[in-house]
Amino acid sequence: MSETPDSNPARLEVRSLHLWRGDRHLLRGVSLAVDAGELLQIMGPNGVGKTSLLRCIAGLLPLETGEVIWRGRNIERSREAYCQQLAYLAHLNALKSDLTALENLRFSVGTRRVVTTVQLHDMLVRMQLGACVDLPARSLSAGQKRRLAIARILLTQAPLWVLDEPITNLDAAGIALFEGCMAEHLAGGGLIVTAAHQQLLQGQPNVRTLELH
Amino acid sequence: MQPGMLQLLGLIVGRDLRLAMRHWDQVIQPLLFFVIITTLFPLAISPALDELRRIAPGVVWVAAMLAALLALESLFRPDIEDGTMEQWTLSGQPLSVMLLAKTATHWLLSGLPIVLMAPLVGSAMGMPPSAWGVTALSLALGTASLSVLGAIGAALTVSVRRGSVLLALLVLPLEMPVLIFGARAVDLAMHGEAVAGPLNLLAALLLLFISLGPFAMAAAMRISVET
Repeated sequence: MSETPDSNPARLEVRSLHLWRGDRHLLRGVSLAVDAGELLQIMGPNGVGKTSLLRCIAGLLPLETGEVIWRGRNIERSREAYCQQLAYLAHLNALKSDLTALENLRFSVGTRRVVTTVQLHDMLVRMQLGACVDLPARSLSAGQKRRLAIARILLTQAPLWVLDEPITNLDAAGIALFEGCMAEHLAGGGLIVTAAHQQLLQGQPNVRTLELH
Repeated sequence: MQPGMLQLLGLIVGRDLRLAMRHWDQVIQPLLFFVIITTLFPLAISPALDELRRIAPGVVWVAAMLAALLALESLFRPDIEDGTMEQWTLSGQPLSVMLLAKTATHWLLSGLPIVLMAPLVGSAMGMPPSAWGVTALSLALGTASLSVLGAIGAALTVSVRRGSVLLALLVLPLEMPVLIFGARAVDLAMHGEAVAGPLNLLAALLLLFISLGPFAMAAAMRISVET
């Protein structure tokens, strides 16, 4: 192939995105750009369209006008390659309540890449879920479920993270742990776009904020 | 490293079988439904084997069709509700293969038990042992087709609230050819005649559905995930 998607530098761009939900003109010409090593925080009151914007970026919502560009290419034209480099954390944790923490992680990460049980185990320990490995997800607390979903994002090893309210239900220690993971990801050249009500990695030079209103 | 196609199939089939094992009470519902429906006919019509023998192929086939429909509603719904399907559409893997794996598991759990139970139910309705093999074979080919057709309908209606009636209205007309050839094969076998014709047609239908169905499922599922 003359043009591989990986040949261009990791950069996410959104150009003049408009989105209507029914009669409401929700997103009015949103443009943004994120480079390798940068965290973009999307802030704004409830119902302003943060989740919709993230879903557009992930390619889950069809765009009416505007485009989302990853490594210089429209994501609709190279959807599969884009998805392989994207880790998306939604409101829903995508966990099966009847499967154990370890099984959940194996089946969710397993569709993306081949992982060993040791890798899964180490990640659960790192997310401080070591005691819950063989517990069904049903019996985990809301914060522990969120940690399990974050473990999936980390194991996916995708350069681009799109995170919708990632710290919901996390305790202070969990937020600190997750901020550490984010800082590590950014230092390794990753990109993060997140919607949050609380400023994450406050004061870092590579953190920017986009206010929706 | 990305998992290969077979690894992906194995992973999803393994996951769904494991989930089914932890919900076996739901899994045996279609089979129970099948057995109960077929036992209602002797009670309602007549216990005389001569009369039952005439309607046996039709009864077995209609009951199998309705039982297959019963399990469809829950084929994709749990995965949509907990966000798993959203992740699958973003996995960068072919969604058609993933949905085909789910459909195959669905058939293993709802279709195969009916195939194995059918000769027993048939014999209770006066079906001669010589027709048991054809009954099981026609149902094996037919219920697999029903699973694929049903999965397309389930993918289309999964985002519709209380979509089960809509699902039945959508899928049952499409399933008619399968019913016609399936019941015909059993009828011919009971009269000791050649059954190759309807069985070949059933197999051809199954091949058609398996080769094109997954793409329709994936397209329908992408629409359902958007909303």
